[in-house]
Amino acid sequence: MVKYEISMSRQHTGSILAAALFFLVCHVYAETPNLGVPASGELVNELDITVLPNGDGLPPGSGNAVVGEKLYMQHCLACHGESGQGGLNNKLVGGHGSLSSNKPAKTVGSFWPYSTTIFDYIRRAMPYTNPGSLGNDDVYALTAYILYLNGIIREKEEMNARTLPEVAMPNRDNFRQMFKAQ
Amino acid sequence: MSRQSERSAPVAENGLFDRRQFLKAGLGTAGAGGIGLLSATPALSQTRQTWNRFPGRGLSEAYGSPSRYESDVARVGISAQKGTNGSGGCRTPLELLHGIITPSGLHFERHHSGIPDIDPAKHQLLIHGHVKQPLTFSVEALNRYPMVSRIYFLECGGNSGVMVAPEPAQKTCGELHGLVSNSEWTGVPLKLLLEEAGIEPQGKWLIAEGADAALMSRSIPLEKAMDDTIIALYQNGERLRPENGYPMRLLLPGWEGNMSVKWLHRIKVTDQPAMTKDETSRYSDLQSDGSTLLFTYPMGVRSVITNPSAGLTMGAPGLYQISGLAWSGAGKIRQVEISADGGKSWAEADLEVPVLTKSFTRFNTAWQWDGSPSTLMSRAVDETGAMQPTRQVLMANRAPGSGYHYNAIVGWRIENNGEIRNIYV
Repeated sequence: MVKYEISMSRQHTGSILAAALFFLVCHVYAETPNLGVPASGELVNELDITVLPNGDGLPPGSGNAVVGEKLYMQHCLACHGESGQGGLNNKLVGGHGSLSSNKPAKTVGSFWPYSTTIFDYIRRAMPYTNPGSLGNDDVYALTAYILYLNGIIREKEEMNARTLPEVAMPNRDNFRQMFKAQ
Repeated sequence: MSRQSERSAPVAENGLFDRRQFLKAGLGTAGAGGIGLLSATPALSQTRQTWNRFPGRGLSEAYGSPSRYESDVARVGISAQKGTNGSGGCRTPLELLHGIITPSGLHFERHHSGIPDIDPAKHQLLIHGHVKQPLTFSVEALNRYPMVSRIYFLECGGNSGVMVAPEPAQKTCGELHGLVSNSEWTGVPLKLLLEEAGIEPQGKWLIAEGADAALMSRSIPLEKAMDDTIIALYQNGERLRPENGYPMRLLLPGWEGNMSVKWLHRIKVTDQPAMTKDETSRYSDLQSDGSTLLFTYPMGVRSVITNPSAGLTMGAPGLYQISGLAWSGAGKIRQVEISADGGKSWAEADLEVPVLTKSFTRFNTAWQWDGSPSTLMSRAVDETGAMQPTRQVLMANRAPGSGYHYNAIVGWRIENNGEIRNIYV
């Protein structure tokens, strides 16, 4: 028995050691302290504001451009100017024909490929000085107003979780996705 | 034997010597000139100076700072969008630094709604969506996970965007190209946390969100998250700076900086990208045919001569060390070549070790400047064989105002009065 063990070549010993080391390394990386705390459905619902282009994540509520214009005058005019023509900050309307120039105006109308992005962005980041202060109806109404100013929807068209993802954006077909998930 | 004759013959036109010239002959062969901000050299006193006639000041303050004589070494191009004071960026003064590590206090910044003042005790990361078990992780908890330390560059997708302007902007090297920095990042491989939550089969994308006022959000392919992405907690050995994502940020090696979401507080696993504002209307590449390329993630191979460069001034004619930085989002730098005659002839530069993947690589070469007007250029090749393009090639299929992902060859014009200008080559 002893003799048999000794007769095992160094090579064997080496491979056993290597296997043990491999196991150890894998073991260390595969096993974590497992300190993640299960998150409640309430917490997830409270924090999850992600909106996907197919409309997943859009909340209940609705609004149109008539209401949106009033909100715009109050919350958006100072930076984005009269009728979304731009001021201190970005122009939201027009810009058609500018994309091939030295100074392309990438507005919602001339450039943005997805209507859902407008809702998602206003809700998470606007108004700049007080983000998160608007209700979902307000965000739908402002989204509708910007789409209306760009001639994409009618003034009294209601935007909600069902209608918004269906809005056809003028520049949509000009985008090419260079990375596709496996 | 005169020093001149020890020098090997030039290997490219207009005075480019073998890349190891300085190692062979020693720095003693350098001319009287040094590159710097113009200043007269004062006559050195023969007697003791004020600083060695008396003991120096007491032990350092708790957290040290650079010499007071180095106050010019500061972030540049600090600009916020109108109507805001925290939505904008500032840049690393590349021409004033050496080596490959960017001091944390000089790391470039790009924020979308200012720098949040986050109390780490009240911050947590939520992972939810297509996972078996939604989980939250406190900062304290993450600090107990196995961590890795890696040196990676981080480059804004909009770096050097001003280079698409019809006329070359007369700014410093850092103002033009300094939306890139290189740090040692330490953190937890994101893979570990995703495995703990358990990714469901339909999970293909991660929607990452920061805890700044803009709740900045980007979609990240699961493959990258499971590959080399880390949740960084430390930068250059210390906790992240607030402007770099304190207390935790994503770090996606080699990919456009905006995806390395700072102040990370939420990751939702989804079956599709969210098409957020910052991955559609921003950081996408408008082409001359009217199409726009989405998700052009890895930053292209590139190099910049930082010394001499715009923002510095040449001294007297003589032997100079040309030095610069090269990096690629695809891996390691394989080769950097230098031209001193506007691209007619090229000489290989010496790559300083370490040459690391998705990190700055420092390159050097020796140059005998005869005082005449000269155009310096550098071009890099990475380990995939990709070569840095000329501006003309880069712009060929782009819309003229499309400035994201700019990695073209940079040219510096050295005038005979020692001034250095940005030119298109």
